[in-house]
Amino acid sequence: MPRFSKRSFVQLAGWSAVAALAAVAGCSKKEETTTTTAAPASAPMAAASAAPAAAKGPLKVAFAYVGPVGDGGWTFAHDNARKAVEKHFGDKVQTSFVEKVPEAADAERVFRDMAGQGNKLIFGTTFGYMEPMLKTAADLKDVKFEHATGYKQAENMRTYDSRTYEGAYMAGVIAGGMTKTNTLGVVGSIPIPEVIRNINSFTMGAQSVNPNVKTKVVWVNEWFNPPKETEAAQSLINGGADVLMQNTDSSAVLQTAGKAGKYAFGWDSDMTAYAPNAHLASSIINWAPYYINAVQDALDGTWKGGGGVWWGVKEGAIDIVSISDKVPADLKTKVEGVKAGLKAGTFVIWKGPIVSNEGKEVLAAGTNADDKFMGGINFYVKGVEGKVPGGEKK
Amino acid sequence: MMDSLPLLVAATLNSGTVLAFAALGLLINERAGIVNLGAEGMMLVAAVAGFATVVHTGNDWLGLGAGALAGAAMAAAFGVLVIWLNTNQYASGLALSLFGVGFSAFIGIRYTQEKLGERPNFQIPGLADIPVLGPALFRQHPMVYVAIALTVAIAWFLYRSRSGLVLRAVGESPESAHALGYPVRRIRFAAVLVGGALCGISGAYVSSVYTPLWVEGMIAGKGWIALALTTFATWRPARVLLGAYLFGGVTMLQFHLQGEGVQVPSQFLTMLPYLATIVVLVLISRNASFIRINMPASIGKPFFPG
Repeated sequence: MPRFSKRSFVQLAGWSAVAALAAVAGCSKKEETTTTTAAPASAPMAAASAAPAAAKGPLKVAFAYVGPVGDGGWTFAHDNARKAVEKHFGDKVQTSFVEKVPEAADAERVFRDMAGQGNKLIFGTTFGYMEPMLKTAADLKDVKFEHATGYKQAENMRTYDSRTYEGAYMAGVIAGGMTKTNTLGVVGSIPIPEVIRNINSFTMGAQSVNPNVKTKVVWVNEWFNPPKETEAAQSLINGGADVLMQNTDSSAVLQTAGKAGKYAFGWDSDMTAYAPNAHLASSIINWAPYYINAVQDALDGTWKGGGGVWWGVKEGAIDIVSISDKVPADLKTKVEGVKAGLKAGTFVIWKGPIVSNEGKEVLAAGTNADDKFMGGINFYVKGVEGKVPGGEKK
Repeated sequence: MMDSLPLLVAATLNSGTVLAFAALGLLINERAGIVNLGAEGMMLVAAVAGFATVVHTGNDWLGLGAGALAGAAMAAAFGVLVIWLNTNQYASGLALSLFGVGFSAFIGIRYTQEKLGERPNFQIPGLADIPVLGPALFRQHPMVYVAIALTVAIAWFLYRSRSGLVLRAVGESPESAHALGYPVRRIRFAAVLVGGALCGISGAYVSSVYTPLWVEGMIAGKGWIALALTTFATWRPARVLLGAYLFGGVTMLQFHLQGEGVQVPSQFLTMLPYLATIVVLVLISRNASFIRINMPASIGKPFFPG
């Protein structure tokens, strides 16, 4: 005859406590994502303006982020732009986001979820979302998809990117003037053309003011892993580098430089506050102009898929900000000159002759690199040490 | 290369210290028969607790203390579940890890943009100026030396003290220990608390000394590596410390080689630390009785006092 012993009851209680713990963990995550959605388009406001808007609700826009919003770098920059969209359009849009979406099949589920919640415009903010987004876009024709840094498009999916290498070049100009050891260090994330292009541009910027500069590169093979970024930065400093740049998403490299009394840059977002003494400048991405433009297209009904844009200093998407007082005035003037040239379209960074670090001429004298060339860079320019790891090819 | 060798050694010791604290804590847990898979979660919560304390007080030591308390508090919840309510240790530990990831992110929101003041540099007067050895060994944060002292202390406790013997007995055969009149559950709970506190110190060390910032998920798997380390080290304190340095050393070496422009794919180098641990594991497990002798016989098993 079955009976409930005290023990089995106690065990049951324990299991439910475990379940409760897990549930709390799940909830705390969800709360973060929903609170931000509710605030700007609060109910009474929406109701008041609903009448003139011809019974049409706000355009629902969703963002999928690869990192946490609080990374202070890449994802932080995207989220700032999302906030700018809300501010710009007021109650005409309603935005939401999901953070830490892995660059894997899981992303597809998130995109479908977003569409299921009524979002009509979905931004995927990292390269690895390309295939999942393409698959989702093929099934959900009435949803518009925007994919950052990718190269595959569909009739309802287009791509956008920013010319981060322009920021890297301007940082390089400062680095070349500030280094005492003539050795720069870059903490690389994943060896894809975008990142290799940044390392090269950084080096070229430095060489424009200091031809003796060489650059050491250490790859961590991840976008976001602060302890690993710290270790990589430390090993570069140990190897003699005294100005560092990174293509990873946190401020760890900058802080490591600060601890060691060296210099470094902020990347993607303004990182001055993390290490004021080590910070030389921040190369930032401003996604807001593009996001506002894309949302405007969707509101106007002029949104068209299939294309891709690549915005830089010219469009206000890239900038170098918070240049430190330690940077001498003539160097600052040089950077401002480069910025003005990029803005006006008179200055070209990738202009031949360009020689790889194996001595091969990769771009002939007198030619400007086109975007196809830029998208396939898998070599280091002269002055960068080592060899490009045989990574993903675009 | 010769110039940077001392710096490489210094970085290795620093990197190994993070793993050593957590792994020593987990070693004590497992010697008492409890497997706590919640290390990652405890370290994360301790990291945010430690960081927040340093932000408000400016004192690293208070931060490490707060980390220890936070780790112990998390461990206490886990201990009550698995020791008195006899829930499955693996499931509860995993729940603790998942909870810690979410909870630390939640309470840490306001600290993501915070920064700590200038970090002090430490050195041992006199010894720090010895060429080569000075920069390699004597310019470390005090916690690096504490980790070594702690390893010695734990080894002494486990193998030379009476209470250490009781702790091991509880991990080998809780029934026998119970029959002899030892309070098995309370001993296990104490071990869990100490383990949690040490994981907490490790987490707070990461966020206030090693990488002085707070961002979500910043422990980035170190808790799991520490868990694996205890097994690789066959539950011996000295081997745990050596294993931590080995792992830290291979990690630093691969970055170092990349910086030197060594023509090896970086993906391969990234794999090295894991490869090294697997090799060590294979070497150790060639002798099966060796593992059996060192492994606590009742590890992971609940105990019902009659």
